Amino acid sequence: MTEVLHELLRGSLDHCVKCTICETACPVSNVTPLFPGPKYAGPQAERYRVGDEPSVEWSVDYCSGCGICTQVCPQGVKIAEINALARHKLKQQKGVPLRDRIIARPTVLGRLGTPTAALANASLRSRPVRVVAERVLGVHRDAPVARFAGRTFRSWARRHSSPATGRRIVYFHGCGTQYYEPDVGEKTVAVLEHNGYQVEIPKQDCCGLPLQSNGLFDDARKYVLRLARALAPHARDGALIVGNATSCTLMLKREAREILGLADDPDLKLVSERTYDVCELLLELHDRGELKTDLQPVEEVVAYHAPCQQQGHGIGKPALELLALVPGLEVRELDARCCGIAGTYGIKREKYDIAMAAGADLFEQIGASQADLVACDSETCRWQIEHGARKPSAHPIELLHRAYGLPQPS
Amino acid sequence: MRPSLGYDVAVVGAGVAGLTAATRMAESGARVVVLAKGVGSTHLAAGTVDVLGYDPDRVSSPARSLPAFVAARPDHPYSLLGVDAITLALDWFAERIERGPQPGYRYVGDLERNYLLPTAVGAARPSALVPETMAEGALGGGRPICVVGVRVLREFHPTLCAANIARMGVAARGVEVKIDVDRPELNALGLARRFDDPVFRRDFAARLAPSLEGDERVGLPAVLGLRDPHAAWSDLQDRLGRPVFEIPTPPPSVPGMRLFDALRAALRAAGGRLVMGTRVMGAEREGARVTALRVDTAGRETTFGARCVVLATGGFASGGLALGSDWVVRETVLGLPLRGVPTAGSPRFGAEYFGEQPMARAGVAVEPSQRAEQTENVFVAGAALPGAEPWREGSGEGISLTSGHRAAELVLASDGLAAAA
Repeated sequence: MTEVLHELLRGSLDHCVKCTICETACPVSNVTPLFPGPKYAGPQAERYRVGDEPSVEWSVDYCSGCGICTQVCPQGVKIAEINALARHKLKQQKGVPLRDRIIARPTVLGRLGTPTAALANASLRSRPVRVVAERVLGVHRDAPVARFAGRTFRSWARRHSSPATGRRIVYFHGCGTQYYEPDVGEKTVAVLEHNGYQVEIPKQDCCGLPLQSNGLFDDARKYVLRLARALAPHARDGALIVGNATSCTLMLKREAREILGLADDPDLKLVSERTYDVCELLLELHDRGELKTDLQPVEEVVAYHAPCQQQGHGIGKPALELLALVPGLEVRELDARCCGIAGTYGIKREKYDIAMAAGADLFEQIGASQADLVACDSETCRWQIEHGARKPSAHPIELLHRAYGLPQPS
Repeated sequence: MRPSLGYDVAVVGAGVAGLTAATRMAESGARVVVLAKGVGSTHLAAGTVDVLGYDPDRVSSPARSLPAFVAARPDHPYSLLGVDAITLALDWFAERIERGPQPGYRYVGDLERNYLLPTAVGAARPSALVPETMAEGALGGGRPICVVGVRVLREFHPTLCAANIARMGVAARGVEVKIDVDRPELNALGLARRFDDPVFRRDFAARLAPSLEGDERVGLPAVLGLRDPHAAWSDLQDRLGRPVFEIPTPPPSVPGMRLFDALRAALRAAGGRLVMGTRVMGAEREGARVTALRVDTAGRETTFGARCVVLATGGFASGGLALGSDWVVRETVLGLPLRGVPTAGSPRFGAEYFGEQPMARAGVAVEPSQRAEQTENVFVAGAALPGAEPWREGSGEGISLTSGHRAAELVLASDGLAAAA
């Protein structure tokens, strides 16, 4: 299966006309010579990667997997996907460091950190601990790490019952919401309910994206298929699935099928067709005249950054359109491409500086925007923005929640 | 979910034609979405607006040559668009750049005379409207030229460029400046980012200054800043005390990226929506009307409902048209009827690469209103129009800009939108 898919992706490389548009957009190769760029590592080097023979080219390990190259390619070459497979092959050959196996499992970290949140948060912010963690584990001492909330989103969800409206929707909350930002989940549910949805929150686990981006394809497949099995019955009953973590929804929509070679799994296929990013869903409601627009003025200046993986959905920037509906809210679109973090990439000791340099344009734009807050759809990007630009960051849904005048989470 | 109904106009393509049409319609209050596979020709072309360069001899004044050019070619896009429309489009464009995100950056020129500017290999290229940062490079007299290369930019060869300029009778020589960077080579974009930095410019000017002689003007590859080119260019002129001009490079084209950034900003400012990295797969129709576009988004197809469509997908090079091994030419998005496709038995291609290529004149069959034949609400702009050979005529941006600008006006006045209003 993987081989067939690999051939399909490889087939796209013949469409490369070497126009260099991907090179103009790559956040990594523009700041470090360690990655020679998507065209070089992708369509060009791919010609030298033969079947089971060892990789001859190592630089692809420095690709952050943001996916921008594929998005901007006018010829339809699957550059990022080709590079993801090449990275996987490289990892199989060289072995995956313990660090990558740990940071790629947010559920394991979450289960460990949640009950001991006070201690875990203090440790993660203690210089000596971080210096040791950098030496022993290879997680950069300055890298942004989120704060455990000390409670899980599910503990709230178990107690919550959504008013029965008959318009069922399934909420896929992701690990960021579950362990670090349960507030965002509560607000997402409230906004959906405000718009007449009956929100169901089935038991769920990680989508496997961090494992995939760290080259651990077998483990990633297990996770994503387990999630697909949990969500598919609801989709089969006609419910849509909506998520607020744009990277994780992209994993369900496309990446698992294309990169992990799971295109034919019936559950995953159904789930991917029925999955929506929350802002995508709300904008579609608005396009049909069905979105509630009882939005109260929010007198604030907000900058908006669309994460790379959000752009991978191919739906434009729905958050930007939604925020424009809020009276009084002044939204400044940031057009710098990437914050640099790319999930787990920017927390690694050898990649932290690259990630910070990749995000420098964005941080500078945020500073110049004079915004009070940076809206951004992806949690790891928000954490990187808060770290790099020293400005608070929020999911766009939090601003909508505020404008709707809905009660604050307890 | 049911298709959305929300858009007045869906524009397919984010090159000069698509962005111009979309921005102008959005500025008039239409709800516009632009759907594009990737960025368009902007990142590859020189960033100048070439209106008419050859007929077939080099044109010195497009305004003087256009009437006869159009009269001799009733099938050419300019015959359809009309010469007056070109002036309107150029003025509109220059204003958008001036209001754009690069402070002080502007285009100069008009249809009265072409600038004759050197290319990266030192050939002369006629352009009507050019970035201010290029204008001092006009050939045909003036001060001698010192073409300056930067060692890490391997696709720009100053001595080759200068030798060819000298062959045209303009005194020119090439020099190379070495700069300290963290890698053996840099492309034009990487270099442009560095020129945005005043400290880098100061250092660069200090290294270059001793090599300059007499009253030479300085020709540099077009890398003088992406975000703030006006400041970078002015700063270098001040530091060197002589005119400085940019010479377009092979791709990636920094002036083209500035142009794209400016048009994108204008579109956003007018409330237009831009969806990149997606592909239009086909359409839903009611009779001859397109009611929605089917778009390949992650996980599934999404439909974008629209009252009118502007097709700005380009020609063969951008994939708007495709020629099969069966010699059948197709318009790839909506399967629209074509015009100008060489008939069986007549020559399809010429032997000379830059010579006459009949196949290149193929395009979507349109009425004078730029409306595609057999449709009620699909309008066509840019290289998808039939009848031109832009690289021979030096007319690419002129056609794209004018047809995009005019399409906007026609769509806004069309039944499709009028009925909706």
